[in-house]
Parts: sequence; structure tokens; C-alpha cells
Amino acid sequence: METIAIPAVNLAAIMPETVLSVVGMILLLINVFLPTEKKAYLGYLSLIGIAVSLFYTMNGWGTPQEGFNGSVLLDNFSHFFNVIFLLCSALTILIADQYVQREECNHGELYPLILFATTGMMFMASGTDLMTIFLGLEVLSIALYILAGFARNNVKSNEAGLKYFLLGAFSTCFLLYGMALTYGATGTTKIAGIAQFIAQNSILSKNPILLVGMLLMAVGFSFKIAAAPFHMWTPDVYEGAPTPITAFMSAGPKAAGFAAFLRVFLVALPMFKAEWTSLLWALAVLTMTFGNITAIYQNNIKRMLAYSSIAHAGYALVGFVAANEVGVAGILFYLLSYTFMNLGAFAIIILVGKKGEPNNNVSDYAGLSVKHPALALAMSVFLFSLMGIPPTAGFVGKFYLFSGAIKSGYIWLAIIGVLNSAASVYYYLRVMVFMYMKAPEEDFAWLKVTPAFFVTVVIAIAGVLVLGVAPQYFLKLAQIAVMI
Amino acid sequence: MLEYVGLIPLFPFIGFVINGLLGKKIKNEKVVGGLGALMVFCSFLVSSGILLQLIGRPAEERIFEKVIFTWIQSGQFKADAGFLVDPLSALMIMVVTGVGFLIHVYSIGYMHGEEGFYRYFAYLNLFTCSMLLLVLGNNMLLMFVGWEGVGLCSYLLIGYYFHKKSAGDAGKKAFVMNRVGDFGFLLGIFTLFWYMGQTHNVWTVNFREIAANAHLLPVGGVVTLIALFFFIGATGKSAQIPLYTWLPDAMEGPTPVSALIHAATMVTAGVYMIGRLNFIYIRSHEAMLVVAIVGAATAIFAATIGTAQNDIKRVLAYSTVSQLGFMFLAMGVGAFTAGVFHLMTHAFFKACLFLGSGSVIHSMHHALHHAHSHDDPQDMRNMGGLRKAMPITYLTFLVSTIAIAGIPGFSGFFSKDEILWQAFSNPFHGGLNIILWGTGAVAACFTAFYMFRLVFMTFFGECRITAKAKDHLHESPLVITFPLMVLGLLAVVGGYIGLPKLIGDMFGGIPNYFEQWLEPIFAGSHEFTLQQLAHAEVHHSHALEWGLMGASVVIAIVGISVAYTLYIASPQIPKKFTDAFPALHRAVYNKWYIDEIYDFLFVNPCKALGNFCWKGFDVLVVDGAVNGVASIVRGFSSVIKNLQTGYVHNYALSIVLGVVTIIAVYVIR
Repeated sequence: METIAIPAVNLAAIMPETVLSVVGMILLLINVFLPTEKKAYLGYLSLIGIAVSLFYTMNGWGTPQEGFNGSVLLDNFSHFFNVIFLLCSALTILIADQYVQREECNHGELYPLILFATTGMMFMASGTDLMTIFLGLEVLSIALYILAGFARNNVKSNEAGLKYFLLGAFSTCFLLYGMALTYGATGTTKIAGIAQFIAQNSILSKNPILLVGMLLMAVGFSFKIAAAPFHMWTPDVYEGAPTPITAFMSAGPKAAGFAAFLRVFLVALPMFKAEWTSLLWALAVLTMTFGNITAIYQNNIKRMLAYSSIAHAGYALVGFVAANEVGVAGILFYLLSYTFMNLGAFAIIILVGKKGEPNNNVSDYAGLSVKHPALALAMSVFLFSLMGIPPTAGFVGKFYLFSGAIKSGYIWLAIIGVLNSAASVYYYLRVMVFMYMKAPEEDFAWLKVTPAFFVTVVIAIAGVLVLGVAPQYFLKLAQIAVMI
Repeated sequence: MLEYVGLIPLFPFIGFVINGLLGKKIKNEKVVGGLGALMVFCSFLVSSGILLQLIGRPAEERIFEKVIFTWIQSGQFKADAGFLVDPLSALMIMVVTGVGFLIHVYSIGYMHGEEGFYRYFAYLNLFTCSMLLLVLGNNMLLMFVGWEGVGLCSYLLIGYYFHKKSAGDAGKKAFVMNRVGDFGFLLGIFTLFWYMGQTHNVWTVNFREIAANAHLLPVGGVVTLIALFFFIGATGKSAQIPLYTWLPDAMEGPTPVSALIHAATMVTAGVYMIGRLNFIYIRSHEAMLVVAIVGAATAIFAATIGTAQNDIKRVLAYSTVSQLGFMFLAMGVGAFTAGVFHLMTHAFFKACLFLGSGSVIHSMHHALHHAHSHDDPQDMRNMGGLRKAMPITYLTFLVSTIAIAGIPGFSGFFSKDEILWQAFSNPFHGGLNIILWGTGAVAACFTAFYMFRLVFMTFFGECRITAKAKDHLHESPLVITFPLMVLGLLAVVGGYIGLPKLIGDMFGGIPNYFEQWLEPIFAGSHEFTLQQLAHAEVHHSHALEWGLMGASVVIAIVGISVAYTLYIASPQIPKKFTDAFPALHRAVYNKWYIDEIYDFLFVNPCKALGNFCWKGFDVLVVDGAVNGVASIVRGFSSVIKNLQTGYVHNYALSIVLGVVTIIAVYVIR
């Protein structure tokens, strides 16, 4: 009689994910019994879930856990990303409640969906099997499609959800096809296995099937991180989606895309480094330039930040091209910083917005500094960080990314990056010009800062400034994390 | 206690934050002012604890460095944010927090009812914090942070009455002139860092590490350059020739500010810096000579101007410039201990003098206000006979004046005499010594003269305001007179910790505690001098030293007698004198026209250049290029924008096109 091989289950390796999905399902049950006006309790409960998950993540730092026959690996790399994801979803939940009440889409499913999306992101970071990564991506994407169209009564939101779904499904095909070709060439879907196989059969590095597989996976991931020319969905989806979800999408899933992208390419395909660095070089330049130049012409602030987030993905790609310790650690550091500054900026946008968001144009920020000096100041901090001006996190992050590129000899890439961030100052400063140098047209009387918003903005500012003033500690963590 | 050194600058910073953010809402002056003073007092307590702990240790262990965190790390370059406690910085924090506390208390009374009371205390606390950072910083960069911080606060406080154009201008002037000096300071830091790194692979900005590696520095050459760069910084902050003209104008600020910032603490930062970097200066006789000459020249130059001013605060301002000159003279002749000693005693008596003048102005202002007179309350020609109305102010003022004039038994005598003696007997400048001493001695004579002129014009003779106003003259409240009394006391006894050996021996061998205390800081330089200069150990006879000491006493008495003759005994003489030499009087009264010369030489050409750059270059070339680039980018942007059609099939097409291109490039290649 044959013995059935019991897979090496190691629940410790999926503990943070398990916590989130269990809490998410409990919330779904509770949701049924909660009246609409009390849905906020779900938010608080999900925050508890996030806290527990964060505890498991932090606790596991330094002790990698492998599980499910090497399908998942909860190492420092995934821990670092998990912190970004959890932070991102926690801040999103904090700013979501007031928004969904205002926009009258206060459905309790919001919070479980965010938790599920976060679970998906975590699997993308800790997956060491192409299948795990793909499953994580799907869990994330499906949750996001719903979240993007969450404001059911809003046509734009519907449009965003549908567009995201169509294009997401379309691009997923490329990713999956790439994975299939890779599997075909190497006979395994395990990331470590692929690397090992290629190393042992060096002839494979000339194999067109594997090369195309690699390129298609790059395309699939590029769609997730919204790199040009696979970025077209971003502005429409970001503009239409409910604002907290836009904030969420621009930070968390993008980081998850980078996590999977980095792990697959750095661990499984180092033999193709010459090929993928030249591809990413081109993508980085295109992405930065497209993002920044188009952002200049935007009047809608959400749309502007969408293009800005494309540009920021381009900056992060610079570190990827460098593919050295400084550059890759720089990506992690930058994604963490970006989470703080972008969620902070979106928090302000939600606060300033009115029902139906008729006032999302940059010109609607005229005179904010007169009526709400503290808010204008906070927004300025975030904008300065997005520009990359010291002493904010954005500056330090860009500094590491670009110095990584220089270290690897990509001087021109660094120069293009710096020129791009100089150009970006224009559209960020435009908001500040309106806030500080124009007379107020609106009275902003409706604007009310709830404790949740206060906490969010304070956390975001603290994050931006701490990372900007004393980056050493966090950079060290990032450097430890990228030793994969 | 040493572990808690970080609290010393932290307390005033907390005060700054609270008063700065909430002061406007608190409104209650007692709370705002009390908090400001309390915070500085807390710093004073911690400082005292640290001082006592240092005293308890053996001399060679009186150094302690507390690193808070790594501030900057980039390649070879590393700077910690940390504090250095040693006898020199311990002394400085005592002066800053002690005198600072008294002036905070005084300010509660003096600034009563002022608009922006909270703003004043917030700035004053921020100043205290910056000054403490300056003296406690364990490396040159942190010191520079404090250096800039005090400069900023000085600017803010000079321009405190910003609705007055003169105050705004004075603040600007102070700031700009300080920037000129800061430029030199920065160059000094860079050059020193670069030189030590390039030639000896010692990449550091930390004071202890630099001092430990001082033996690597050559004598003269690049060290002269470094020393002179640092000295440029010092001339800016400490108001020496040629960058001194901002200090008299800085009197536009409230009087306690003049006492704290522009007399007792900030302006002595340059002296402190040279003391801190003594091992650099000792290695360059050229630089020392420059410092000595500039110091002596400033001392006498400012003293001459002081003799002809009528604004009570301006006299004191020029006096400060002159006294700072004495300190630099001391530094330039290698008498670092004497320079720092004079720094301390000067902090006591000059703070007392400024606060006393504030008390006088305060009283005059009220009296004139009640009498609906528009006379200037700061003009000494309106004063006179105030000693009857304001006995405490008068007494403390008199005591401090005697101290600054250099009458034996008072603090100023010990420190000033030590400087003059060292100027005469130092082994560095050979035949120039006699000139340095002579200049200092004449400056001391002028000092005695103009200070007593001030006292006589203000407190003696007949009161020159209307009888109606005169009835309203009154002594200031205790909150103002208490700091005066404490500082007056210090002005008397403060000198006894640094008795010259000559006098100490006479009274049964009382040692010079002050010199012993600072010994570890300057020991290295002393040793170096002995090695370098064979004749350094020349012993001058006691008779000579006694003689010179006697001479300085005589000089002081001459100055006082002249003042007495001119302003009490026969007050008609000054008038005759000015009539006889109108040109000389005008020149001195107008400060030797230095401001006008600077305007002509620097300010106006700069303005013209700025104008040209603006209209000729900036508007045409730079703006043209910038606007051109901007419109090109915007045009490009509006084209790209059209790609974003909103149709899903177009987006999918772009993805497909991207994929096809990528694969084509890689596979066909």
C-alpha cells in the first residue's frame, strides 16, 4: 500500500494571512446583523484583525517560516512588505468610514473586501511558487474589482470597476501565459526550482520559450504596478473608484506587484538579468516620463495623483534596474514612504471633497491655508515628500533609488529620474500655489476632521518625517529584508 | 546627571513649542512668561548638577560625550548628534542658563503688556535652546546648527517691533552680516574636514577626534587658512571689524534681548569657538596675529565711537563691541583662559548694565508717557539725576560700571588686567606686543571714560525732563530689580575665582581656580607652545607685572577723572571741545562713517548688480528659458493627454502593442 505523502504544512508560514481571512469571514457574518448606520464597527473590528496580523508579522522578523512544500516562505522580505500592506489597509479603513457615509455606499462588505485584498497581497509577497503568487494576485484583483466599483450609485465608479476588471483579466492572461511557458521550459513552478534548473542547464538561457515566458511575466507584473505602456487603465480607474480605494490601490497592490515582481525576477531569473534590466530600463524611463508629463496637464487632483503614482512606480523601477543592494532596499524603503505620503494626501482629498465630489479640481483648493491652515500644512508636507524634498521620506527614498542606479553604472537613468522629479515639482507645487496664494472661493464650512482622520494624518506625517529625518534604521531593515 | 545632558537644550525647546503654539491662546502673561523662565531654570538646575559632578571628578576625567543618534552617514563622512561636556562647555552652559534665567525673569516685568508677549518668550526660549546646542554640540556641524539657530533668533528678536521700519532693517542687517561670517565658518569646516581626510585619512567633524589628531596638523600653511576662515565666522557673530556694524543697530530689539543675545551670550560665540579650536590657532602665528590685531583694533575703535553716543543703549552696544575686541585680543595672544574669563565676567556686568539701562528706559518711558512728552526715553541728554528715583538700578549699574572700568576688587579688573598682561608678555608676537598692550590700555582708558560719562549723564546732575514727567519717575518692580541685584553681585565677586597668581600668592597662595578648571582644554596648546618656542618660558619679573597692573589702574582712574571733569565738574567743556573740533566730533558721532562707507563699497554695488541680474539676465534669459521649456512640456503633455481616450479597447490595444514590441525586440534581435 502506498503511503500518502502528507504535505509539509506549516501554519506558522501563513499565520498573518490566516488571521486576516478569518477575521474577514467573521465580519461578513456580523455584517448581516448590523444596521447600515453601525457599519463603522466592522471597521474597528477589522483594525483589530490587522493589529493581530501585524503582531504575527513583527514577531516573526528574523525567523523565516517555510510551508506547504516550499509554496510559501514567510521571510524578512515578506515581513517587510506585510507591514506595508497592513499599514496601507489600516489607514484606508480609517479614512473610509466617513467617505462611504457621505457617498451613501455604506455597505459592510467594504471592510472584509479590504482584508481579503490584503490577504492576497500578502500571498504575493510570501509566495515562492508561481502558483501561489498567481492565486494571491487573483484574490487581490477580484477584491479590487469589486472595491473599484463599490459606489454602486455612481456611474464613474461602475465604469472604473468594469474597466479594471476587463483590462485586469486581459493582462492576467499574459502573466499566466508567461508562467506556463516558464513551467514548460523548466518543468517546475517553484521559484527556487526554476533558478536551480536554469543554473544546471545553462543552454536554457538561450531558450526562446523561457525568454518569452520571462517577458510575458514582466508584462503581467508591469500591468499591476502600472508601468507604461501598460498603465492606461490607471487614471480612469483611480479617478472613478471611491477615493479611499484609490488611495489603497495606489499604495498596497502596487507594492504587492513589486514584491512578486522582485522575488520572481531576482530569485528565479538572475540568469536573464542582462535581458530584464534592459527591458526595465526602458519601462522605467517611459513610465517616469509618461506619468510626469501627463500629470502636468491634469486638473482633477485624483487624476493628477494617478499619473503621479505612475511616475512613482517609474522611480521604483529605477531601483529595480540597479538590482543591487542599495537599489532594491531603496524600493522597499520607497514603497513604505510612498504609503505614508500618498495615503496622507488622499486623506486630505477626502476631507476636502463634498458629496459626489464635485470639487476635486486643483482650483478647488484655493485658499485652503486660510480656512484650514493645519490641513494645508499637512497637505504641503505630503506634497513635498512626493516631490522629493528634504527632510521628507520622499527625498531619502529617491536618493537611495538613484544612488543604487549610479552604483550599478546607470548614470543616465539616474539623470533622467532626477530631471523627471524636477518636472514633477510643477504639478505638485500648483496645488500649493492654490492653497497658499489664492483667495478662497469656497467656505469649506462642511469640512470636519474626525478623530479617525486626525489619527491617519498624524500617522502619515509622522511616517513621512521620521523616515525622512532618521532613515538609517528603516533602511537597515530594508537591507536585511532584501537578502533573499 | 551627565547622562541627562540632553535635557539642557530640551527644556527651553519645550518652552518654545508650548509658547509658540499655544501662547496666543493662553494669554495670561504670568503663565507664558513663567513657563519660559521655568524651562530655563530647569536647564540651569541640570547644568548645575553637571558642573558639580564634573568638579567631583579628577581633572583628566572631566570630559564626557553623549551621543544621541547617528545624524548623517554617507561614505567616509559621519556625524553624530551628540553633546560634549567638558570644563569649557560646562562653564558656558552655566553662563547661558544662569544669565539666561535672570533675563527671562526680568523680561516678565519688562515686556509686561507688550503685544506678542508670547512670541517674545517663544523666541527667547528658542534662542536659549540654540545657544545651548551651539556650546554643547560635539561636532562642528551641530555647532553650526546652533550657530545658525542663534542667528535666526537674533534676527527675529531684533525685528520684534517689526512694524517699525528701523527694527526690520536692523534685523535684516544683522542677518546679512552674519551670513557673510557664516560663509567663512562653513569654509573653515569644509577645509578642515577635507584637509584632515585627504592628507591623513581622518574623516571627522567631531571636536574630540579633531583635537586628538591635532598633532597631524602642520604649523602655518593650510592651518592659517583654516584658522582665518573660522575667524571670519567669528567676526560676523561676535561683531568684530569689519563685520561689527550690525550690533549697534541690533539695539532696536527689546532691551533684555540686547542683554542676553547681544551682550552676554550669542556675541561671545566667536570667542567660544576659538577657545574650542585653540589647537588650530596655536599652530598658526599668522592667524593669531590677525586675531590679536583685529581684536585690539576693534577694542579701541568701538571705544572711541562709544564716547560720543547719546543713546544709552548705543553706548553699551559699542562698549560690547569693544569688550569683545578685548576677548579676541586675548585669544590672539594665546591667552585663551583669560579670554574665556573675560567672556564670563563680561556676561555678568554687561548683562547687568543692559538690564539696568532697560530699567532706566522703562521708567523714563512711563514718565514721559504720563507727561505726554515725545522726548526720546533712550537719549541720555534727557536723563540726569536718576539715582534718587531709582536707587537699586543706580547701585547695580554703578557697581557694574566700576567692574567694566577695571577698578581693582571688581570682576572686570581681574579679567581685563590678565588680558593686558598677556598681551604684553606673550611669546608670540615679539615687538608687536608693546603695541597690542598699548592699544588695549588706551581702549581701557576710553572704556572707563565713556562708561562713567554714561553714569554721570544718567544718574547724576540735574534731571533734564519736565517737572511733570519727573514726578512719575520711579524704581522698577522687584521682578526687574531682582535680576539686577544678582547680576550686580556677580559683577563684584565673579572675578575672585580667577585671581592672578601674583595676588593669590600675596594672600597665602590662593590658586587661580578658573585657570585650573580650564587647564585640560588648553593644556595641549600650552605644551605645544613650549615645544615650538624656546623662549616661551621667559619669566618676567614680578615688579614688571605689578607695574603694569598699577598702570592699568591708573589708566582706569584717568578715564574716570576725565569723565568726572567733563560731565560733573565743568560740564561746559564738552561743548567747547565739540565747537573747537567740529569735524572730529562729527566723525566720531557718526561712527566714523563706516556705515556710509560700507553702503558705498558693498551695499550699493550689490544692489546694482542684483538689479542688473534681475532685469538683464533673469527676466530675459532665465525666465525665457524656463517659460520656453515649460510651454514645450505642456504642449507635449496636451498631446499625450489625447492618447487617453477612455475606451477599453484602446487601452487593451496599447497593452498588446507593448507586448508585441517587447517580444519583437527581444526575439528577433
